[in-house]
Amino acid sequence: MALTDNRTSNVLSGPGGWVTSSIRFFALFILAFLVFAILLLAFGKNPIKAYADIFSSTLGSTYGFSEILVKMIPLTLTAVAVAVPSRIWLINVGGEGQLYIGALFATWGALNFNTLPAWILLPFISVLGVLGGGLWGSISGILRAKGWVSETISTLLLNYVAILLTNFFVFGPWKDMESANYPQTAEFVDAATLPSFVGTRVHAGFVFPLAALILFYFVLTRTRWGLEMRAIGGNPEAARRSGIPINGYIILLMFIGGGLAGLAGMVEVSAIQGRLRPSLSPGYGFIGFLISWMAGGNPLGMVAAAFLLAIVTAGGDILQMAHGLPGSAVNILNALILFVVLARQGGKSGVK
Amino acid sequence: MTGSSLQGLLSGSIIAGTPLLYATLGEVIGERAGIINLGLEGVMLMGAAVGFSTTVQTGNPALGVFAAALAGALFNMIFGFLVIERRANQLASGLALMFCGAGLSALLGAPYIGSQIKGLNEIRIPILSDLPVAGTILFHYDILVYLVVPIAILVWWALFYTRWGLSLRAVGEKPTAVFAAGRHPYRLQYEALFVAGLLGGIAGAYLSLAVAKTWAEWMTAGRGFVAVALVIFSKWHPLRAIAGALLFGGAIALQLQMQARGVPISPFLLDMLPYLLSLGVLAVWGGARRHAAPASLGQVFRGTE
Repeated sequence: MALTDNRTSNVLSGPGGWVTSSIRFFALFILAFLVFAILLLAFGKNPIKAYADIFSSTLGSTYGFSEILVKMIPLTLTAVAVAVPSRIWLINVGGEGQLYIGALFATWGALNFNTLPAWILLPFISVLGVLGGGLWGSISGILRAKGWVSETISTLLLNYVAILLTNFFVFGPWKDMESANYPQTAEFVDAATLPSFVGTRVHAGFVFPLAALILFYFVLTRTRWGLEMRAIGGNPEAARRSGIPINGYIILLMFIGGGLAGLAGMVEVSAIQGRLRPSLSPGYGFIGFLISWMAGGNPLGMVAAAFLLAIVTAGGDILQMAHGLPGSAVNILNALILFVVLARQGGKSGVK
Repeated sequence: MTGSSLQGLLSGSIIAGTPLLYATLGEVIGERAGIINLGLEGVMLMGAAVGFSTTVQTGNPALGVFAAALAGALFNMIFGFLVIERRANQLASGLALMFCGAGLSALLGAPYIGSQIKGLNEIRIPILSDLPVAGTILFHYDILVYLVVPIAILVWWALFYTRWGLSLRAVGEKPTAVFAAGRHPYRLQYEALFVAGLLGGIAGAYLSLAVAKTWAEWMTAGRGFVAVALVIFSKWHPLRAIAGALLFGGAIALQLQMQARGVPISPFLLDMLPYLLSLGVLAVWGGARRHAAPASLGQVFRGTE
């Protein structure tokens, strides 16, 4: 299926230079926020108060701001997880499932090797997280490379399987007997917990997205692999004829993408939850997809978009607790932001 | 397996397959017009929430179904605007639509969590419903079950034996040809998405009004994506979709039966069955798929240059 898209078009690189495009980028979000405000009004909520609460509780205090950084860690990872395969037109919508399997693998390591010292155990469970998510992603990669199932459909369906598998372990064999009715595993030992900065929940896991972004940029622009990926992305047939192993790339990039999402899962169980629970992620995998699309795969754009959507995600909790809205209502705002971005990207590429 | 549990399995397949078939038929129409809509999940959620809230408010499930169909169709127009008017990427737009539907339906449905409804009335057909085995398996349902196969046949007839259907399929294959023949591809695609939205809305309403008789967030649980897989399984053909929906409905019914009978397998593992079956079936069908898919699926008509 040759599905058209705008992988290379990027909201941040519109005509008219950096400043005007930033203004345009910003104006789009204002539009999305306005529409959401009208909706809130229609449902009898006060949108001004809602937005004031969201921004004051996230950007208005040091703790609130640190919580945004905490959310940016998994969000940036799941965004790169989408951006990597998208270089060769693969659409990875399985970040959520890959995150869960990464967390599952990491939890297995943390529970079974809890006597190891931290300097071995932490790298070990990080690798396990990558491996879990990576293997899960490469299932879709293999199905696609064989020409059997489009990766979009298979990653979507595997999300459900991954979450059910996690539930199976958490409710079943790995359930902590001491936490009575709570479905959760035993708590991780200190050696399996990523250290946090004093007074906040910002943790050492922030090096992962940073490294991922730098590597992503470096490999793409400075190496033969980056060149070959661009060749496949540009013209798969020509790339195949010049001897580039396309199927290898499909499986490999789905492995890397899945691995990064899996790492996000490891970070969440190790640093934030301290144990595996069914409510591991508020949709980080899906929001990562939005981030990657908004930024068109641009590394700096992904950081900016992750920042914005981290605020929105945190805002969802506030809307739920202080304004009595259902937790998933904030998905509307996420969707609206993607709507305006998509409408603009599409319109632009249509003018060819 | 005893006779009664086999009967339960068969009627369970019909009940679970009905919403899948409505959704699949809608997606078939859309994809025949060249548009793949992953937002079907969101459309179904909207249908489920609107159908349920309308039924609670009016006490009339028929009105609920109508409202759900209309809501699904109008909601699908957002997607239409993005992919037709703005030529946005179909897969990403579909996922955005799914999010929007999940959030909006949660907002709409929130006041109705825990509300009780009677659901759709069972319609007994004289003589037929009293037949011994076949009567219980085939003739003890509500109106939406009885209508779904005729609607599948109607969709088949409309797609393959009317001018509208011919043009619609041509849009999915070669939009420029339709344009040259004097019909506008965009208009046909909007029409296709409207009808797809109607059917998706009904599918959602069936889940909340007839199957669950309640509203819960994300209650479609991926049924919309399973329906997208079913379209490929059906090779974009409405009549094959009937068999596909029964098979997938069977997987859901089997899982429910096994849980009800206390089979010593974790319910979480049993719940995986429909998704794994979708993947397995697609993998087996994969090779044939390319020949059956509409040629311009996923691409947008950009005018004749």
